[in-house]
Amino acid sequence: MSREQLLATTFVELADTIEDDFEVLDFLQNLAERSSEIMGAAAAALILADQRGNLQLVASTTHTAQVLELLAPDTQEGPCVEAFTIGEAIVNVPDHEALRRWPRFTQTATSLGFTCVQVFPLRFRSQVLGALSLLFTDPVELTEDDRSIGAALVGVASIGLLQERTPRQKEILAERLQSALTLRVVIEQAKGVVAERAGVGVDTAFDLMNGFSRRESRRLSDVAAAVLDGSLTAGQLDASSA
Amino acid sequence: MTPVGDILLSLMDGARSGLGLPELLCRDAVRRLPISGCGISLMDADGGVEALAGSDERAVGLEGLQLSLGEGPCVEAFASGRLVMVTDLELQGAPRWPGYTPAALEAGVRAIFSYPLRIGGIRMGVFDLFADSPGILLDVDLALALRYVDAAVLILLHLQSLAPTGEPADGELVDHVAPIEIAFRSQPEVHQATGMVSVQAAVGLTDALLLLRAHAFAHDLPIGDVARDVVDRKINFT
Repeated sequence: MSREQLLATTFVELADTIEDDFEVLDFLQNLAERSSEIMGAAAAALILADQRGNLQLVASTTHTAQVLELLAPDTQEGPCVEAFTIGEAIVNVPDHEALRRWPRFTQTATSLGFTCVQVFPLRFRSQVLGALSLLFTDPVELTEDDRSIGAALVGVASIGLLQERTPRQKEILAERLQSALTLRVVIEQAKGVVAERAGVGVDTAFDLMNGFSRRESRRLSDVAAAVLDGSLTAGQLDASSA
Repeated sequence: MTPVGDILLSLMDGARSGLGLPELLCRDAVRRLPISGCGISLMDADGGVEALAGSDERAVGLEGLQLSLGEGPCVEAFASGRLVMVTDLELQGAPRWPGYTPAALEAGVRAIFSYPLRIGGIRMGVFDLFADSPGILLDVDLALALRYVDAAVLILLHLQSLAPTGEPADGELVDHVAPIEIAFRSQPEVHQATGMVSVQAAVGLTDALLLLRAHAFAHDLPIGDVARDVVDRKINFT
């Protein structure tokens, strides 16, 4: 698919957000994967404010522990936290400045082979809901066009969380956000179950579930729940990929 | 200490009064949030239900009513696993809960916030907030309300691990259970290890987490470290 087609598909998926059984976690997982593709990134992650004063990673294209720790908002320092705090995109920061602003983050990122990070805050009017982080392994200079696309992608994410102009906006945000946080835990638990049953690492376990979800057109969150309640076995995940 | 840890710590004085931790939590929530009642119900996957505690008799009664009718925001929150916010029971209640709504309105309730108490696939019960005016819950400090929810989860975990006397040692709540809150949100290995241990030990997720906690306690290790060892396959619970 061309970049334009990818973008169009992403925006069309926005229509699904008004469905009653809409599950924001799956929406954000799709968005992270599409954003990564569209922007040519090596990895992407979405962090959200959990409404209790913490930032939590909710969706990511990679489940490699070291990369996730890099993006983990629990570390006080880093472009993800900064973009969230100031509500401004972090784009094209020169190396020496990155090293000065976020020394630990920059050193770790560099050691993992990343040359660039872009972070776009998810905003809704005056509220910052979270951020989309993109990691690149090629030296990238994002153009104004790219910046606009990045902003549009996070705009889509924001609308997925909040329905505009509805009196139930606060309730909908709370319901969707808390649901996404809980389902991320379900996915992590399911990764453990699959890892143990299939004799693989937890990141491979994620790939098995994610691949199955795409091939069978089932929501990732449903696949994970099915793994936990026993209705889906590791063998079935594996067999479908053969 | 985290805000949730502070809430748990502040309950410790009351613990000497003989009131259980769930009831103390409910009363504390009513003191600090603009609500008129708070209740906790325990539910298990087999359908077993129990109104565990309430801030007062009315709250306990409201919990029990939902459970005996098999209908209401808390029943729905538990079944769906999702937060249910009813900001105006008079307007929104009757179509969804025709049996429960009139009784709740009669008792003076106009708004309800039902939050399922769960850790991913581990479903423990529901935490209910009741308000006597519609719309109040929209102005509630949501962060504070959610911290009470987190505290409720930790209290239920704590009650699961009984000392040999059959009574949980409340001193452990703050020292050993409260730190789990941070691990849950910043160390996904804990959840991954819960899944792995459930397969290794052939038990449910609830018991798998108990096994992890017991191992951490016995070896005086943070649960995150134990989880990392499980994920790295350095220890096994087969």
